[in-house]
Amino acid sequence: MHEMSLCESILEIIEHQSQQQQYQKVKTVWLEIGSLSSVEPEAMLFCFDAVMQSPLVKGAKLEIIHIQGEARCLQCNKNVAIEQRYDACPVCGNFPLQISAGEEMRIKELEVE
Amino acid sequence: MCTVCGCSEGETTIEHSHAHEHGHEHHHGDHEHTHDYGQGAAHAHAPGLSQARMVQIEQDILGKNNQYAAANRGYFSEQGLLTLNLVSSPGSGKTSLLTETIGLLKDQLEMAVIEGDQQTTHDADRIRATGVKALQINTGKGCHLDAHQIGHAVENLKPEAKSILFIENVGNLVCPASFDLGEAHKVAILSVTEGEDKPLKYPDMFHAADLMILNKIDLLPYLDFDLEQCIQYAKQVNPRIKIIQLSAKTGEGMESWIQWIKASQAVQLIDYVK
Repeated sequence: MHEMSLCESILEIIEHQSQQQQYQKVKTVWLEIGSLSSVEPEAMLFCFDAVMQSPLVKGAKLEIIHIQGEARCLQCNKNVAIEQRYDACPVCGNFPLQISAGEEMRIKELEVE
Repeated sequence: MCTVCGCSEGETTIEHSHAHEHGHEHHHGDHEHTHDYGQGAAHAHAPGLSQARMVQIEQDILGKNNQYAAANRGYFSEQGLLTLNLVSSPGSGKTSLLTETIGLLKDQLEMAVIEGDQQTTHDADRIRATGVKALQINTGKGCHLDAHQIGHAVENLKPEAKSILFIENVGNLVCPASFDLGEAHKVAILSVTEGEDKPLKYPDMFHAADLMILNKIDLLPYLDFDLEQCIQYAKQVNPRIKIIQLSAKTGEGMESWIQWIKASQAVQLIDYVK
């Protein structure tokens, strides 16, 4: 359940930012989660509610922006979409693929008051 | 109380300190969303009706861990320490590999060990029995070690300059892949009793590791483990990975592992001045 630790990190960032950006209440949190990032969105949603208990964040809604895995094939030099790290190139069937997107785990933005 | 970061105790204990529980309760389905902010609508809310505004954050969730990891890495480099993060499933033989490694190296190199487990100090006790200093981190409910815990453990353990610091992570092939501790290398240990498709089942870990140790090869005659297939799967996930086959029990293959440690230490010390 490292999603729990990740949610605790999210809370820390939100608390830290609340002083810099001057907000008292967080209504929505947008995360960018890549499909290769080892984060399970369902588990993230579950842990998010458990962790977001302080007045600043209680009741905040979590929106996950899914980012598709992308890679460049070093054999045929094409950019391809992948689902897993170990996928073969869907064009030429070879390995290895150099991953260019899909490893993201970022807080993108917040809706605050 | 931490002088570096100002932290107080969490649910983690670094041997003999007190753990407290966080009472996380989950109330699934009883949120009170009085407005509809769903699916991008927040970008289009009517001005003047609420105080809501958007704040750009653009921060990596693991940013803080990565900062601690960078600080650890800086310290390790300054001290000429080679830090190896050993990761595997529970029961792959990490602690036995460590005790055997210590036995082979203790006349040649200084070593120290940080042990991570949810509970008990059994593993640190086993290491201390070899005469090498060790410190146990109990993660409580946590499933991995993080860079912050390692920073504190190193403060307490005080490894000698130019020594080898082994970190035995919590037995788990999922989460430790994401948490950089500041180590020079992740070493994934896979015992041949586990099944050759582990690298494909847990690709993040084998992708993050620089070395895979196939342990317990003395048991191969009694198993259906497909060694070639396992190596191919590991290379598929991580073309750069090095692979060593050994048995910590019989000692077969241990020489390659010892050589790998010494070579890694030589690289670590190449720009060490003191």
